[in-house]
Amino acid sequence: MASIGKILRRTFLIGSVAVVGGVAFGAYKVRSPAPNPLKPGQGQAALNPFVMIDQNGVTLFAPRAEMGQGVQTTWAALIAEELDVELDQVTVLHGPAAAAYYNSAFVADGLPGKGYDTSDFMHNLGEALGVIGKSLSLHATGGSTSMKDGFIRMREAGASARETLKQAAADQLGVSRDQLKTQAGHVITPDGSKVPYGELAVAAASVDPIEAELRDPTTWTKLGQNLPRLDMVGKATGTAEFAIDVRLPGMKFATVRRNPKLGGGMVSFDGNEAKTMPGVEKIVDLGDGIAVIATNTWLAIQAAEAVEIEWEDAPYPPETDAIFQTLAKAFDGSPNSTMRDDGDVDTLPDGATEFSADYSVPFLAHATMEPMTAVAQLNSDGLQVWTGTQTPTFAQSRAAYVTGLETEQVEINTTYLGGGFGRRLELDFVEVAVKVAMAIPGTPILTTWSRQEDMRHDYYRPGAIARMRGAIKDGKAVLMDGHLATQSPTQQAMERITGMAGAGPDKVLVEGFFNQPYAIPNYRMSGYISDLKIPVGFWRSVGNSHNAFFHDTFMDEMAHAAGRDPLEFRLEMARPEWDVAARVLETLRDMSGWTGKTPDGVGRGVAFAYSFGTPVAQVIEVVDEAGTIRINKAWIACDMGLALDPGTVKAQMFGGMMYGLSAASFGEITFADGEVEQFNFPDYDAVRMHTAPQVDIQILETNRFMGGAGEPGTPPAAPALGNALFDLTGKRARTLPLSQHFDLLV
Amino acid sequence: MPTSLTINGKAHQVDLPDDVPLLWVLRDEVGLTGTKFGCGVAACGACTVHINGEAVRSCQVPLTDVDGPITTIEGIGTPDGMAAIQQAWVDHQVAQCGYCQSGQIMQAASLLAEIPEPSDAEIDEAMQGNLCRCGTYPRIRAAIHAASDKMKEV
Repeated sequence: MASIGKILRRTFLIGSVAVVGGVAFGAYKVRSPAPNPLKPGQGQAALNPFVMIDQNGVTLFAPRAEMGQGVQTTWAALIAEELDVELDQVTVLHGPAAAAYYNSAFVADGLPGKGYDTSDFMHNLGEALGVIGKSLSLHATGGSTSMKDGFIRMREAGASARETLKQAAADQLGVSRDQLKTQAGHVITPDGSKVPYGELAVAAASVDPIEAELRDPTTWTKLGQNLPRLDMVGKATGTAEFAIDVRLPGMKFATVRRNPKLGGGMVSFDGNEAKTMPGVEKIVDLGDGIAVIATNTWLAIQAAEAVEIEWEDAPYPPETDAIFQTLAKAFDGSPNSTMRDDGDVDTLPDGATEFSADYSVPFLAHATMEPMTAVAQLNSDGLQVWTGTQTPTFAQSRAAYVTGLETEQVEINTTYLGGGFGRRLELDFVEVAVKVAMAIPGTPILTTWSRQEDMRHDYYRPGAIARMRGAIKDGKAVLMDGHLATQSPTQQAMERITGMAGAGPDKVLVEGFFNQPYAIPNYRMSGYISDLKIPVGFWRSVGNSHNAFFHDTFMDEMAHAAGRDPLEFRLEMARPEWDVAARVLETLRDMSGWTGKTPDGVGRGVAFAYSFGTPVAQVIEVVDEAGTIRINKAWIACDMGLALDPGTVKAQMFGGMMYGLSAASFGEITFADGEVEQFNFPDYDAVRMHTAPQVDIQILETNRFMGGAGEPGTPPAAPALGNALFDLTGKRARTLPLSQHFDLLV
Repeated sequence: MPTSLTINGKAHQVDLPDDVPLLWVLRDEVGLTGTKFGCGVAACGACTVHINGEAVRSCQVPLTDVDGPITTIEGIGTPDGMAAIQQAWVDHQVAQCGYCQSGQIMQAASLLAEIPEPSDAEIDEAMQGNLCRCGTYPRIRAAIHAASDKMKEV
């Protein structure tokens, strides 16, 4: 491990400068690569940015943020499947912030189009455009992209390293490469003896990398199986290291207190009393707030609360009602996008019955279990940061900007993330920790946000309003015309990261709204962007999180208005549009024993949402227990094409649904006097052990293109629960959270 | 004046104000970081440790109120020598982000000490103060039952 640390340290100093030399391969052979960030030392070989081998063994690099989705294990398995190493015999590291670790799938997901109707041409275009991620140094984890991104590239990395090691062995033994085999970290010679990869590493480094065919999936021994997760023992013994757990010699502990009127500045502060409190070392002026550095986090929090501060006002209306009135004004302008406009929604088809409904959903916090934390240490030659980030290269650039250092002088060490859900795509917690570190150069300082600070300074899932109009004829939907008004997380994030306002049609805003696979002849979906100044960001499934509630709840309302079974109603319109979606609904119907009828005291709701390439359908069952309603059972069917680790996929599907159910049941961020009114979990609760449903999950693998797993479980949860509560009570809730309309078990 | 604590069988002297919660003594003073900070108001259970064998929220126990030996997740078992309950957690692949799991395990260990064969209702009752945002509850339940079976065999 010490040698790896040294390599990474050297790597960050060298940064994007080519590091070819010694025994390093500078080039990753596949698609004219970014420079290899790994600079091996004596006796080591970095066969490409993802595989490094020395006398002590094999190290695989899985540069995707492990926030609970199991990505490091599956990513390493993609390499190991071709490299022929066992995961319990190798070291797996996240690696440094590096352009070589770009995400190739983000860009493809931004292409126009609904997704499910992707042609081969569009798919290939997406693959080709993926390299743009490299020129943007887009080293990031999000958008349910990791497996789409790594599926081919990582197997190629493993196969190339394997064949290169074999060539090195062949040269030494005077045999041809095809006479050699590989198994569990060894090259097997024709006489059956075994040469460990470690003994071949240096020789392999002088062999030109070899391209190799990828193995047939039927020969896989790791992919497609439930693999033991590499982080499991650490997480069961309290030894897995999150940013909040990093301990360094001479470390100090800090906390932050910034303007609760979000985006407002600080008029003045008086830290005279706080300065005299036990353990306090320094009060830092952050411009829009203060930080306290102390000998103990709790002492820092006490002192931060004792600082007298006069805040500026927020740049948005101070109360929730006025905020939603402002959002609704976006409908008065022209739409930012109308990505679906089929047929003619302005003419009611002959004999059709028109129907309309308005919906709204609240702002939401991410509320990761680990609050925002980062460690930073500023030295004369550079800055080191330890944090759980989904965007290491952006964090590196921001830290360089704040300190005035060169990017190459900033080292980002990515720890485990105590929950991400999109919150740790942001850079605020890195920036605060860096500013704190600048106050006492040479000292490592851990900045931990209190839960209150975390809850009240999020980049929230924006509140959103939908106006839906539809028409039914002969038991079918013949018209659907949806209008959505909300803030744009993408445009705000563009401005935060690049300093320039985003422009153009925002696809993320209307995902889950315009691209649902239903054959409705007159179908138009429009998105309107409000310029409200509340900080908003990417909340697990982003636009889909509100749009699925609007789209699918309205679908349910239309089914009932048409006197149809709600599952059959959806299925009938999905069949002609996309067979994969139809199969998911049929599977759900069969596995849940759906009949459309429930006994007294039991309600069932169905919902369907297509997001991140994966169609997901859910049935939720609720039961009335002496007037209190409990979520009893859930069924989930999904199809992401290929489930590389079915156990992990099921955990993501259930976890995604639970995140959605928590928000749908209890989640609401409201404002008074410009400040968020929720402080902590008692004000912003989630589903717990006794309120969680039992679940049954089926994964289909018929989708032509690989879909995501981390987010698609979330969107259908809110409509499925709302539809179930309607089935139970006859009462339709058009706003969230549902605990405002029903007596849900808490 | 320094306070004497027994943590995982070892004596420690700490010199901190009386009102500092045990959580922050463990994490920032003693360096035992397995016990997590989640909310600071006893609403999430991430900071659960045992005092005198009983599960408590360490964020709510001022140093001056610690009245017996403390056991943290590090005292239950280690990566090379896991306790039966930790092994059950690994066997059932419970953790996702993993941040709440130290607290979940400490709460579950205390439940099993009190009720060796808990029913689902007893698990609901004991575990509802421990929040998990990833949704690992079904596997936590299964791991508790498995640990219960394992501990019966011994």
